[in-house]
Amino acid sequence: MEAKSESERLRPPRQRSLFREERRLGATMIAPSLAVIALVAAYPICYAIWLSLNEYSVITPGLSRFVGLDNYIDALSSSDFWGAWVTTIVFTAVSVSLELVIGLAMALVMHQAFRGRALLRAVVLVPWAILTVVTAITWRTIFEPELGFANTMLDALSLPGADVVWLGEEGYALAVMILADVWKTAPFMALLLLAGLQGIPDELHDAAKVDGASTWQRFRSITLPLLVPAITVALIFRSLDALRIFDLPYILTRGANGTETLSLIAQEELVTNRNTGFGSALAVLTFLTVMGISFLYIRFMGGNIRALTQEEGGR
Amino acid sequence: MRRVLIWVAVAAIVLFCLFPFYWLINTSLKTGADLSTASLLPPSPTLDNYTSIFEDAAFTKALRNSAIVAGSVTVLSLLIGSFAGYALARLHLPFKFLILAILLSISTFPPIAIAAPVFEIWTDIGIYNTYIGLILPSLAFGLPLTVYILASFFRDIPRELEEAALIDGATRFQAFRKIIVPLGAPGVVTAGLLVFIFAWNEFLFAITLTSTPDRRPVPAAIAFFTGSQQFEIPLGTISAASVVVTVPLIALVLIFQRRIVAGLTAGAVKG
Repeated sequence: MEAKSESERLRPPRQRSLFREERRLGATMIAPSLAVIALVAAYPICYAIWLSLNEYSVITPGLSRFVGLDNYIDALSSSDFWGAWVTTIVFTAVSVSLELVIGLAMALVMHQAFRGRALLRAVVLVPWAILTVVTAITWRTIFEPELGFANTMLDALSLPGADVVWLGEEGYALAVMILADVWKTAPFMALLLLAGLQGIPDELHDAAKVDGASTWQRFRSITLPLLVPAITVALIFRSLDALRIFDLPYILTRGANGTETLSLIAQEELVTNRNTGFGSALAVLTFLTVMGISFLYIRFMGGNIRALTQEEGGR
Repeated sequence: MRRVLIWVAVAAIVLFCLFPFYWLINTSLKTGADLSTASLLPPSPTLDNYTSIFEDAAFTKALRNSAIVAGSVTVLSLLIGSFAGYALARLHLPFKFLILAILLSISTFPPIAIAAPVFEIWTDIGIYNTYIGLILPSLAFGLPLTVYILASFFRDIPRELEEAALIDGATRFQAFRKIIVPLGAPGVVTAGLLVFIFAWNEFLFAITLTSTPDRRPVPAAIAFFTGSQQFEIPLGTISAASVVVTVPLIALVLIFQRRIVAGLTAGAVKG
């Protein structure tokens, strides 16, 4: 750094111009990020809405005509769309609930003091680190008809289900998809909740113990209420992620046997069938579904989120 | 009694987390004939599946493509994201709340919503089926994550250090480069790891925006492996390929376990 004269250094800072300078620097520094997001996310979503209002010729590329809301009317009156919608909602609701219960159980175990706790935390990250595509292949090898692990085990223990073609039957296929998702993401949930648990002061538990509260009472009246913010954030993150699920059903079943999700059906129309207008309408409807559900979360759990953002702004 | 219960629970968690991956490794070590036996150990372990995937040009090419795309996404998000993270953490910024809200909503955005227009635009401007065409969408989805993590790490650096530099005549940008970035290095490593894993995992754009094997990243290549032979899947080779692309990630996760947990909770709990 070049040396500055004594008088220059001692001069009182000119607050106002410094402030303006800082704002200018701030704007410059944030601009590249916002530019990327505007060009690759915001502009395309607007363009998607435009595409969804047109019909495109499959035979002559570039030929299109404005059809207004026709694509949406087609989509909303097709049983394929509603089938995918219900599948997506059921998948999200069931897998996120299971993840919450299993994740919470795992977090409570990991919060105990025992040797090898750090090792367990590393082990738990393994499913999280595995590519979703590989997760799907893993579960496909497990549920492979006859020679997979699941059927062999059921057969060896003479339990029912040994001759079920798991991925080939409606209902069972969705169950396998949910199982695969729970396996991959319950550990993530567990780590988020563990961070929440670690934020609860021990004194609270100690005080309750002195007052004679049982383990269950302490869990109900101390742990659970104080964990609500962490649970809320984890639920939102996981739900919004589950609603856009694509790779899992793509590899497991290609959407066959009741596993067609919204993202999958839209991608098929867009890429496989080259049905740009209708496919875009499906994509926009997927987007609206996700936004609608985020809105519901904010509406019903908004207090927690507001508290979090205030904390964010206050620091 | 309590100890026993804890150990049973720990054993259950370990089994739950590791067994499926063990089964995949087990499958990858079986010979073609042994694939039809569901034994817990490969009866006659072989590395044939591994040698055959490394002889497959489509697979080695895919590994290279993924390394290029995920590597570029990581470097670019760290570069662009660290500026934004600093601005959000330390500077007076107009519309700060709005910017945070935009970032958060992008990270929850379903990628399918922009797949069609991006496909059309990329075709028009000639970057369909190119690296840059794959890098840009992943960058847009990776940036919010980077910015959140970096902002939360930068915020924890004591202000006094930066102020001391400013008093010594450094500009704000110099303070950012010489003080914040080096002190925030753990955050940079964390964000880099998470973005790399995210970009390596990305699948929707990988299959939608590529058309030839010489541009296809790993997840898309694996999908084509399974898709081409719907009824007779080469289970052994797919498993081997899956193990190969997963091992580096597991190694990263085990080495940087603490960083990753810190990043996940910073991005989610604080964000």
